Amino acid sequence: MKGLWKIFSKGLVVENPIFVLALSLCPALAVTTSVVNALAMGLSVTFVISMNNLVVSIVRNFVNPKVRVPIYITSIATIVTVVELLLQAFSPLLYKSLGIYLSLIVVFAIILARAEVFASKNKPLPSFVDGFGMGCGFTLAMLIIGAIREVLGNGTLLGYRVMWSSYQPALIMILAPGAFILIGYLVAGFKILNNYIERVKTKRGETV
Amino acid sequence: MTDYFLLFMSAVVVNNFVLTRFLGLCIFFGVSKNLNASVGMGMAVTAVITVSSMFAWAVYNFILVPLHLMFLTTIVFVLLIASFVQLLEMVVKKFTPALHKMWGIYLLLIATNCVVLGVPLINVESNFSFVKSLVNAIGSGVGFALAIILMASLREKLRLADVPKSLEGLGVAFILAGCLALSFFGFSGMIKL
Repeated sequence: MKGLWKIFSKGLVVENPIFVLALSLCPALAVTTSVVNALAMGLSVTFVISMNNLVVSIVRNFVNPKVRVPIYITSIATIVTVVELLLQAFSPLLYKSLGIYLSLIVVFAIILARAEVFASKNKPLPSFVDGFGMGCGFTLAMLIIGAIREVLGNGTLLGYRVMWSSYQPALIMILAPGAFILIGYLVAGFKILNNYIERVKTKRGETV
Repeated sequence: MTDYFLLFMSAVVVNNFVLTRFLGLCIFFGVSKNLNASVGMGMAVTAVITVSSMFAWAVYNFILVPLHLMFLTTIVFVLLIASFVQLLEMVVKKFTPALHKMWGIYLLLIATNCVVLGVPLINVESNFSFVKSLVNAIGSGVGFALAIILMASLREKLRLADVPKSLEGLGVAFILAGCLALSFFGFSGMIKL
């Protein structure tokens, strides 16, 4: 059980897909203009990455290593299509606001990377947990970015006003340049946080 | 004619893929450390986007639409592009080894990349004709090359700068990209299609 928790938790901070590994940045900037969009994208990715890890791990012993990448891609594309159809059926508005980025989940480097690095070498359960942890780390990062951008750029959070009434929304945060600059500072922040965790661990004499 | 020119310019600067639509960022930040590599990457991406958009347009309009299989677009395009890039790599390796030496590594990186998949998807979504798809694809590729070459030149200057320790590397690269995006923002609204 402790082993599983370790696999799950590393995706959250230490190997956070967006801030530390710097993979799958495109959606992190494109759909984080509001918290709702960020959450929808995060959940979709979590679903795809954990399901794909599960599938890859189950078939890992039957797949010839030479054709493994096309097989992974087909599996990812199938799962993404399922998510697309589900969202289109149950929440057309969300489907519209995520737009092309939903189809582009197929080519997220993080999903292929987890399949290749982890799921192709491990049993189904740990692989699923690894995918789920990475997905949660991704969702967490999306939520942080989405919340900051919505509060500063629109003065609202989840659609409710949170800033004082004379607050002038900084439009730049909703637009492209603000997203780049904000992520730059968040990456730096995570670097400081990770250094801190490492220092605490070495002080306690644990190996990282 | 003007239509096509406007479409081209809008894809290059106004709707620049990297700086306003956030596609292809992995390559953008990964490769722009080095100016020569960026030039090679820009050319490779332009070539691959152009040819794969043509294939994707043909497959969509002649196979998927008549058979009512539009819901398979994503899967088909991904496999089409991945296999096409593999094929291209083999052909280049066989006939022009010099070019392969220059491009080889990038080609495989491009195989599953959002900018290469994004352009055909956008073409299909906006119901572009064949020529329009082609113009849009070339424009997007040139826009990508422009952005990555500008970024690489900026980052070469950055090497001499004294950057705070926690911002080093990726952090400052993002802020730089933000400034670049800000300057590209000056083009917005210039062309209305």
